Amino acid sequence: MILRIRTTWCLHIAVIVLLGVQVLLPAWVVNMIALSLSNGLVVLGLMVIMRAGLVSFGHGLFFGLGGYGAALGAVFFGISDAFVLVLLGIVASTLIAFLLGFMIASYRGIFFALLNLAFSMLLFGILVNSAVLGSTDGFSVPVPSYMGYVPSSGETRVSFLLYGLICVAVYGSALAVHRYLNSTMGYMGEAIRENEVRVDYLGGSVKKTIMVKYVISAILAGMGGAFTVLLIGHVTPEDTVFWTRSGEFVFVAILSGTGNVAAPFIGSAVFEFVRTYALQYAPEVWQMLLGGTLLLVIMFLPNGLWSLLQGGNSKGGRT
Amino acid sequence: MNRALEVIGINKRFGAVSAASNVNMSLGVDEVLGIIGANGAGKTTFLNMVTGYLRPDSGIIRFRGRNITALEPREITRLGIHRSFQIPQIFPKLSVFDNILIALGIAGIERNRFWSPLLTRGSIDTAEAILRRYRIIDYRDRDAGLLPQGIRKLLDIAMAMVGSPSILLLDEPTSGVSADEKMLMMDTIIDVLAGGEVGVLFVEHDMEVVAHYSSRVIAFSEGEIVSEGVPTEVLNDPKVRGLVIGKDLKSQSV
Repeated sequence: MILRIRTTWCLHIAVIVLLGVQVLLPAWVVNMIALSLSNGLVVLGLMVIMRAGLVSFGHGLFFGLGGYGAALGAVFFGISDAFVLVLLGIVASTLIAFLLGFMIASYRGIFFALLNLAFSMLLFGILVNSAVLGSTDGFSVPVPSYMGYVPSSGETRVSFLLYGLICVAVYGSALAVHRYLNSTMGYMGEAIRENEVRVDYLGGSVKKTIMVKYVISAILAGMGGAFTVLLIGHVTPEDTVFWTRSGEFVFVAILSGTGNVAAPFIGSAVFEFVRTYALQYAPEVWQMLLGGTLLLVIMFLPNGLWSLLQGGNSKGGRT
Repeated sequence: MNRALEVIGINKRFGAVSAASNVNMSLGVDEVLGIIGANGAGKTTFLNMVTGYLRPDSGIIRFRGRNITALEPREITRLGIHRSFQIPQIFPKLSVFDNILIALGIAGIERNRFWSPLLTRGSIDTAEAILRRYRIIDYRDRDAGLLPQGIRKLLDIAMAMVGSPSILLLDEPTSGVSADEKMLMMDTIIDVLAGGEVGVLFVEHDMEVVAHYSSRVIAFSEGEIVSEGVPTEVLNDPKVRGLVIGKDLKSQSV
């Protein structure tokens, strides 16, 4: 219980620090933090299902749906408000997750992972063959407004409002997921991972629990996708739905560990940091550096980077 | 006597093997029914059918007058028929405390399952009280998968008992437990059950345990009930001694 309260307080402090650093840091660092946080939302979603022993190799599907949902709202429906656009992205990913969940929630292990991949590649196929959506080139998304306020063209892409919105959304999502993971439904994920038969014979619904987790993970992925697209100002199938994107989220999830809701954001920031510097200083071998980092983490920190903050608790207890 | 569970003419075949052949029985909430039979006699199949893991080919299973033959295990559990397993079904990588805590949460004792924290002062006290009642409090923080067999069995039974069932089915509760611990273990279970309205049906190979704790015994052989009655009657039935208890145990007096 102490750890639970500590996590909540750490999240309170983290959001204040994140909001405060924007004025101190150069724009490119703020942009990197904003992207890390947006991607961290997807990884947080993956963490929710990973606690139930499930891995998705296709969460780019929901990331892409979130991104395209927001982008289509802006370009094709003329909606400019960032809140509404993000909401559109979330609705798109949630609806599809709800529909797919009826089928996918019955599968486990590699079948669960690959079915998600299959659906994401299905969407990728549709998008690259859709001329009206810009095919492989995608399309640009205009700068959004914030409840009527439109940032001036002289401002940096990551306006204070978009950055603030992302920070607050990440803070709210992390708190909500933390609360959820410590509820009965949250604990049921670990119970399902350990022994589905016993969950059934305690009167718990395994399928319903997985369905709820799947939809939660899609909501988070959709939100992350919408924020990323608004940040970058452009959406393409390859940057959102393609399998390499899904793989990247799994990569960060393993790097982060599933011990705490803060882990995905820390892992995501480390990933962005390593990738940025590896690209800058070793452009020929940057993938090797990323792979090497993951290899080291798997070998020495099997429960991810979060285990470093747990004082080397190799069991990776829940917090 | 209140017949909470009624099994009427159920049959089950696995290919050429008959696992249940016109099985009829009933169980009240005030009795302890022992089920005996040689390996492959259909005892566990019978438990699996009552708890929804298997569906009988024909016949009806009723609980408090409701037909539960086609219900899922989860639905049957929710109605009040709980079970433990021959191989304990626990959450092996979680602590003993977390096993009970999750059982409490799923059983709905701690309400608002989606949002309210499961770990509260109240749930901690309840879980610890259960661990004390089953005399496994010393193992509170141990991983359940690393426990001795007897403790794992007790944990499995403790989890099955969470949610106050009306009927408790125990599949070989003392199997794998050392001879001197068997009675202690059964005493613990019976102590916990005392005072509550719980009908117990337990499958057991140890005839001493069956004779000591059952108020009624049913003997199975090749999917059929071959004898039913009070323990002394059934265990001394020559047919049961021949078919069920086995020639090597004929000399054992019960």
